[in-house]
Amino acid sequence: MLIHKQSDIIPSEITSKETFENRRTLIKAAGASLLTASGIFTGFINGSANAASGRQKINAYAKSKYSTDEKLTPYEDVTSYNNYYEFGTSKTDPSIESRLFKPAPWTVSIEGAVKKNKQISIEDIFKLAPLEERIYRMRCVEGWSMVIPWVGFSLAKLIQWAEPTANAKYVEFTSLSDDLMMPGQRMRVLDWPYVEGLRMDEAMNPLTLLAVGLYGEMLPNQNGAPMRLVVPWKYGFKGAKAIVKIRFTENMPKTAWMKAGPNEYGFYANVNPTVDHPRWTQSSERRIGGGLFTPRIKTQMFNGYAEQVGQLYSGMDLIKNF
Amino acid sequence: MSDKFTKSLIIKFKIIIFLLSLIPLCRLIFLGFNDALGANPIEFIERSTGTWALVFLMLTLSMTPFRQWSGINSFIQYRRMLGLYMFFYANLHIISYVWLDHWFDLSEISKDITKHPFVLVGFTAFLLSIPLAITSTKAMMKRLGGCWKLLHKLIYLIGLLAVLHFLWLVKKDHTEPLVYASIFFSLIALRFVYKYRTHFKLSVIRR
Repeated sequence: MLIHKQSDIIPSEITSKETFENRRTLIKAAGASLLTASGIFTGFINGSANAASGRQKINAYAKSKYSTDEKLTPYEDVTSYNNYYEFGTSKTDPSIESRLFKPAPWTVSIEGAVKKNKQISIEDIFKLAPLEERIYRMRCVEGWSMVIPWVGFSLAKLIQWAEPTANAKYVEFTSLSDDLMMPGQRMRVLDWPYVEGLRMDEAMNPLTLLAVGLYGEMLPNQNGAPMRLVVPWKYGFKGAKAIVKIRFTENMPKTAWMKAGPNEYGFYANVNPTVDHPRWTQSSERRIGGGLFTPRIKTQMFNGYAEQVGQLYSGMDLIKNF
Repeated sequence: MSDKFTKSLIIKFKIIIFLLSLIPLCRLIFLGFNDALGANPIEFIERSTGTWALVFLMLTLSMTPFRQWSGINSFIQYRRMLGLYMFFYANLHIISYVWLDHWFDLSEISKDITKHPFVLVGFTAFLLSIPLAITSTKAMMKRLGGCWKLLHKLIYLIGLLAVLHFLWLVKKDHTEPLVYASIFFSLIALRFVYKYRTHFKLSVIRR
């Protein structure tokens, strides 16, 4: 079982039959403490009520050889300083505006150049491959960075299950479009829904992570619940959140940020200290959680993952393909 | 109202404005000591001091229209202090950028200024405000005579650059910088309207 059961009390012991039947309403009112006690499956399906007030542990996951041993960015910072325009353009908006977001029930459709179009529920995604904790550096294009302990598995595992055909050259990720749950979408700061993409070999690289959790818990809404992409050698915006569609394509997908600023945000968006952004210096970065008097640190080529991914770009002009 | 009474009232107002203008700084210090500046405290300080410099710039520029449209001449008495507060917060902004953000790394800073247009216009606005602060005293006003007025017209250019600085730094949501831009252009427009109106009146009288 994946999700940690926090109490040994069985539901019937604490809940009368009547209230048990009215569980949905009750859960919404009572919040997380009752919810975790009332069982795993219910907890999952009603994850929304829970996400607003409680945090759910993920029980079983292995350590990963891809993890860095750098100091973790505090949980508080990882979950309160977010770029997630679906919930507002200020960094503090997502943690507040995502409270009513429902990450369950959730289905992801697999489309395009595949043997057969498929749908998969988030519960089944959890069972697709063993979960791992991967501690990755994350570098934002704005010049700040974090060290985050994600929980998930290599995207390659999902791709294998999706069975793409030989025509699949790229993978396109589409995030949820729902301006009721995502109030930031009422403003057209980006061409919703959010779209991101990877070249097939990038998507198959073992470092590319499909994250469902962080800090040993289910992914908080403001970090992209229930499922997001993490591509540690690329700028953070490549990591599409709340993914509802994965489409395999022959042509390079047109991403949301490429549409918004084609001369600022490229398809590749590899972390590269030698290629400057028109607005921000990319040669150094501020590590979040360092406090007032901590100097910036030097940004590394491919965010320090050059050894694993450098060969993907051999012979490519990285200034042109920024 | 006697002249003496007006004078003492102005002094009282000046003291109040002086103290009120220190609130943004006190707030930062308070938040800093309570570890409440958020996940990226340096960005918070840069943003806050920059915003307040811009607010004081707008306040400085609004004294003339206030005087013109209300007929209360004493508005002009507060202009210098507000202008100097703009300079004060601009200094804090620059200090947090040079010290906290870039740790006096002058080669990085000069690269940042020359490569990124929003930094360049912001830095230019700061440089241009230095002579205005230096020549803000009564003695300097007397010494420069007619030149003083011309020199201090630079404030309009500074305002334009400051608004651009904010507009260009924002990634996608331009609402906030556009609010400042529209306030800035309204303040300019009010001057033209007033000038045109008095001009029109005069020509009517002459006829």
